[in-house]
Amino acid sequence: MTTGNTTRRTILAATGAALMIGASGLRVPAQAQSLAATPTMRGGRNNYRPGAPIVERIGGGGFWTTGTVRRASDGAPLAGRRIQVWAHTTEGHERDERSHGATLTDANGVFRIEMPQIVPAFGQPHGHLAYDADYDDGGFQTVFLRPVMPSASDTSLDVDFVLIPA
Amino acid sequence: MSKLRPVLIWATLVLAISVPIIVAANSAQLAWREPVYIVAGFAGIIGLALLLLQPLLIIGVLPGIRRRKVHRWVGAGLVVAVVVHVAGLWIVSPPDVIDVLLFRSPTPFAVWGAVAMWAVFAAAALALVRGRIRLRLWRLAHTLLTTMIVVGTIIHAWRIEGAMGTISKSLLCALILMAMVWAIGKMRVWRGLLVNPYRAR
Repeated sequence: MTTGNTTRRTILAATGAALMIGASGLRVPAQAQSLAATPTMRGGRNNYRPGAPIVERIGGGGFWTTGTVRRASDGAPLAGRRIQVWAHTTEGHERDERSHGATLTDANGVFRIEMPQIVPAFGQPHGHLAYDADYDDGGFQTVFLRPVMPSASDTSLDVDFVLIPA
Repeated sequence: MSKLRPVLIWATLVLAISVPIIVAANSAQLAWREPVYIVAGFAGIIGLALLLLQPLLIIGVLPGIRRRKVHRWVGAGLVVAVVVHVAGLWIVSPPDVIDVLLFRSPTPFAVWGAVAMWAVFAAAALALVRGRIRLRLWRLAHTLLTTMIVVGTIIHAWRIEGAMGTISKSLLCALILMAMVWAIGKMRVWRGLLVNPYRAR
């Protein structure tokens, strides 16, 4: 912090702006000094299948789950990280093996995996994503996410991971 | 009017219950669900629909039936519907149901469903001991539980993005709420709150 002049107003404004950005799905580039780690979400681990294979795409495809994996604190993109994705889709339930697949991030820390359309399950259209330290070369803490889609008719889901060094 | 009234009440009731079920039965989402998930979902919808019958039965505005006896059977049916709903969902996704039962689910509506479930069980248990408690006190306790059931279930159902249609679900929920308020008013349940019920005539 270069300005030690934080008032309640600036905090409220910053929080409001952050909520608006989050709600509108906008992505802001990494702010070098202030990148907070992504916490595991409640229910994120549900129906996880440890070690689901890396696949070209899950089932017939048509829906894209994308995102980035970065390091907390400095926001450096993390290449070659394994992200597992699963959901209730038009082709299967969450716990079905065929509903799971994993992919690796590229040199820019970006992952993209095609899968069948996610449909509402247990009352919400949502996906599951995992970064599992046990299936990686280590170095970062495990994170399980359960993002809810803004609309069930969305054909993509964008999710960012910010990992803490183990 | 006196002859038309029962016809209107029955017609409203049949429409209010059958339309949401028909709409849900035509939901595109069913195509992507295995049978046990469909059964569990419809057990929930039927349970919701039974909530409309209960207050109307007990205040005797449904002509031509033995109201208290039917009220008991519908209550038993509600318990079965809740059990099938929860057990079915457990089969579909055990960890999600365990999260709900332990009040740690990420879905905001789940906790309302869990509260309503426990209130259904408690209301049913209370019904079994009806003769052994002073009636006004019993009625107050039963009303407290059934209010929890109705409010919990409506919030639970309202916020779920599932097979039910938004409009028919909203109308059914509104009617259930109205029927409950009507019944509480007509039964003058609050009399049980008075310290000396004998003096308060």
